[in-house]
Amino acid sequence: MVSKLQTPLTVTAYKSDVHNDWCPGCGDFGILQAIQQSCAELALPPWETMVFAGIGCSGKVFNYMASHGVHTLHGRVLPFAVGAKIANPDLEVVAVGGDGDGYGIGAGHFVHAGRRNVDMAYIVMTNEVYGLTKGQASPTLGRGQQTKSLPLPNTNDAIQPLALALSSGYTWIGRSYAFDGRHLKEMIKKAIEHKGMALLDVLQPCPTFNDLHTAEWFNKKVKVEGETNMVSRIFNVNEVGHDGSVKDPTNLDEVTDKQKKAFEMAHHHGERIPVGVFYEIKLPTYTERMQAQAPMLKKYSPARIPYEDASHLPTTDLSKTYEEFLF
Amino acid sequence: MKVVNEVNWMIGGPQGTGVDSSANLFSQACASAGLWVFGKREYHSNIKGKHSYFQVRVSDKPIHSHVDDVHILATFEDSTARLHAHEVVKGGALIYDPTKITLDDLNLKSGVITLPIDFNSVIRHVAEVTGMEYGTLSLMKNTIAVAASMALLRMDISNMEETLARMYTGRKAKLVAPNVAASKKAYEAVDALPDEMHDQFPYHLEPQKNTPKRLLINGAQANSLGKLKAGCRYQTYYPISPATDESNFLESHPEYGIAVVQCEDEIAAIDMALGAATTGVRASTATSGPGFCLMAEGLGWGGMNEVPIVLFDYQRGGPSTGLPTRHEQGDLMFAAFGGHGEYPRLVMAPATINDHFHLAFESFNYADKFQTPVIILNDKFLTHSLETISPFKENSLVIDRGRLATQPELEAAIADGKGFPRFRPDPKTVLSPRPYPGQEGSPYWMTGDEHDDYGHITENPENRRKMHEKRMAKYRLMLEQIPEDRQFSFHGDPNADITLVCWGSTFGALEDALPLLKERGINANFLHLRMLNPFPISAEKFLRKAKKLVMVENNWGTQLGHLIRMSTGIFIPAQIVKYTGRPMSLNEILDSVEKIHKKQVAPEMDPLTGQSIEKVVLTYGL
Ligand SMILES: Cc1ncc(C[n+]2csc(CCOP(=O)(O)OP(=O)(O)O)c2C)c(N)n1
Ligand code: SF4
Ligand SMILES: [Mg+2]
Repeated sequence: MVSKLQTPLTVTAYKSDVHNDWCPGCGDFGILQAIQQSCAELALPPWETMVFAGIGCSGKVFNYMASHGVHTLHGRVLPFAVGAKIANPDLEVVAVGGDGDGYGIGAGHFVHAGRRNVDMAYIVMTNEVYGLTKGQASPTLGRGQQTKSLPLPNTNDAIQPLALALSSGYTWIGRSYAFDGRHLKEMIKKAIEHKGMALLDVLQPCPTFNDLHTAEWFNKKVKVEGETNMVSRIFNVNEVGHDGSVKDPTNLDEVTDKQKKAFEMAHHHGERIPVGVFYEIKLPTYTERMQAQAPMLKKYSPARIPYEDASHLPTTDLSKTYEEFLF
Repeated sequence: MKVVNEVNWMIGGPQGTGVDSSANLFSQACASAGLWVFGKREYHSNIKGKHSYFQVRVSDKPIHSHVDDVHILATFEDSTARLHAHEVVKGGALIYDPTKITLDDLNLKSGVITLPIDFNSVIRHVAEVTGMEYGTLSLMKNTIAVAASMALLRMDISNMEETLARMYTGRKAKLVAPNVAASKKAYEAVDALPDEMHDQFPYHLEPQKNTPKRLLINGAQANSLGKLKAGCRYQTYYPISPATDESNFLESHPEYGIAVVQCEDEIAAIDMALGAATTGVRASTATSGPGFCLMAEGLGWGGMNEVPIVLFDYQRGGPSTGLPTRHEQGDLMFAAFGGHGEYPRLVMAPATINDHFHLAFESFNYADKFQTPVIILNDKFLTHSLETISPFKENSLVIDRGRLATQPELEAAIADGKGFPRFRPDPKTVLSPRPYPGQEGSPYWMTGDEHDDYGHITENPENRRKMHEKRMAKYRLMLEQIPEDRQFSFHGDPNADITLVCWGSTFGALEDALPLLKERGINANFLHLRMLNPFPISAEKFLRKAKKLVMVENNWGTQLGHLIRMSTGIFIPAQIVKYTGRPMSLNEILDSVEKIHKKQVAPEMDPLTGQSIEKVVLTYGL
């Protein structure tokens, strides 16, 4: 069990004194701020919190946190984070990374993290580019689109991460926007609090390389069919009647229905972009599944099983297993 | 001439027909009789149908290698008889099914005793007696072959029932009774053969009285037990032969609480183990060549972040998919140098099955002590070889978690407010204290980028120099702190004429070879390197003193030979190598050493060095 501080700390307690070198106006600032606020509001002990990050501009988050911060390898943030959480479920583990990191080079891990339902949150900073390598197309950039550094328009179709997460078994799926601080913070808190694997995809303006989808573009009002007034581009699905939360996981009709609706929402076409909680279900976590098979793990996490005595002699008694081999 | 308590028994058959179980059965019967066993398994990368065989050598003295001469070949179908009949020595015996094979088709030596057994009629008989269906009993051919062999060897089968009951448990328990019936029938049939026949067959196995209990165990099992004893509680893997057996074994023992995670690929396997290790758990991964290659980037991260992690590479024939189920010692160079940039990694290889336990245990201490990845080079040969060994000596085992953060250090970090100086080199010991997440005052940063004392990214050249030197200094620490007898061992007469140099699993054949070479008038000794990277430089004195050095390696280019040249300047032109995917047998070692000793090897040019070399390429074995 992850513990909570009796006396919550202020946001500053989650900020390291490392100089931040993101470009001015980068959406990552908003995301970092919201992560730090969430940690403070959830009263997480910084020494029991591990923030794992991928490689990219987004990956620098690890260094700006005053919790444990782990900068992993490009595309590999999930295996590292999952490894830590399985080893010690008492730690609060949060994974963050770029859209290239998570949906491109790390796509295989992305899928399999869903199947395991490890109890952690994964926050992806979706800017449609590979920021740190100077703006190549990331897997979320649409076909035919040409951001600033692309010599030619993009030849690949974009993947739909929320739909991919749904097919992969993520048990909490949501989206938010980097500069909607309040919504973002609430969504991060929900993702962290959810018992199971949560994906929060965050739309993140990259003012340096993504000249198509800038903060202004996201903020622009758009015209939609059937509405007389212009409406905001970003809309919260949970405010327009979408309830993606499965009430009874054993009711397969309900599960299928909620998945269908979430899938449709994930593939929302047109000018407007949905944010909010798309899907949510309560299923046994990886740790619970392991505990069912190995009762020892109910008592101790793998990282805390005793195996030496005070004088460092090993205490694991193999005699029962030796019997299999003794003749 | 009666040969007592020394036999090499072979059984073969299509994969999936129970060859392994019968070899286990025979080995267990011999082990129960207090005899020493060494069994070698060969099989194809195939699930059903292709030829596989198992050789079990038995003796009343400890043995650590396999031999080529076959004394009993037990077969129940045609291919094994056809493929191996020529290996049976004069005076040896062939057990065969006359409904499947005509002896004329076989390349048998003269003087081989042939013993026809109609396997199907035995099974039919048992089916009738037990009322079981014939089809469900077809795998019993193996038991029949074993029982017939035991009758021939004049062994007692009174404990057969016990052995079978140990083998067939759970859902398979119903197989015990018919197997017992079949073994009795087969045993009686052979036993009833005329004395003249029995007198012709000189090989007998006699039970040894009052022998202490021994383990009958293979390398993968011994390795797993060493890991459990060391406190390893996190294992990741992606299925690959021959590494999977270890993870399977660990997973089938949930009572120890070890988390065994089957990953989506080997990249995830190494990275998940690294992530786990950051929490303080003793973590490891097991793989084989192709997976090992995928782990190169992750290992470098472990080196950069000073994470204790142990990677077990179960070597098999490479490159690429290579020979998936066959043996090779081909990954040494990759283990020592694979990956970009420089970081310290300790590379070691176990000598024997017993050593699998001890090295697996030690490896976690080394990883913690030097705070860096440790790579253990296991191999297919010993992974799947079955040996009787004395129970592991546990009394000298001590857990060493290395330099962990102390309470005052954690408090100082809280007071300081800058985080824990996890990477600050200690002026005396080089190494830095390691806190665990969860300890108040523990937070620090980890990154594959170059970093400062706290783990913050910096490209400052002075810091780079400091940190790079700190990490690389661990090579010196390894040389200084790993006891010499754990780094290498020297065996035999120090003044011998020939010094064989080897690493890993060739140990057993060389150990068994020394006295036999002496019988052939050759005085040889051998140097076995257990630590391979950093190079155990104190072993150099043995190389310098040697009259004639001979490399013995299961690869093409003598990879250890090159490491020796790199580290000492000593070039070893005499080489015994094998790269057919099969391990070196005792016979092969004896003959090739003799050839080199008698200067019967024609010199050739080594394309890697331009030097003249005397190279014996071994080829025996199917
Ligand atoms: C194995 C590997 N390949 C390539 C790179 C180079 N690289 C660094 S960051 C990056 C892309 C980052 O894009 P994204 O994940 O979207 O993060 P962003 O910078 O946009 O936040 C690449 C390709 C690397 N570090 N490692
Ligand atoms: S390149 Fe883009 S994503 Fe990277 S820091 Fe600059 S604005 Fe942010
Ligand atoms: Mg990106």
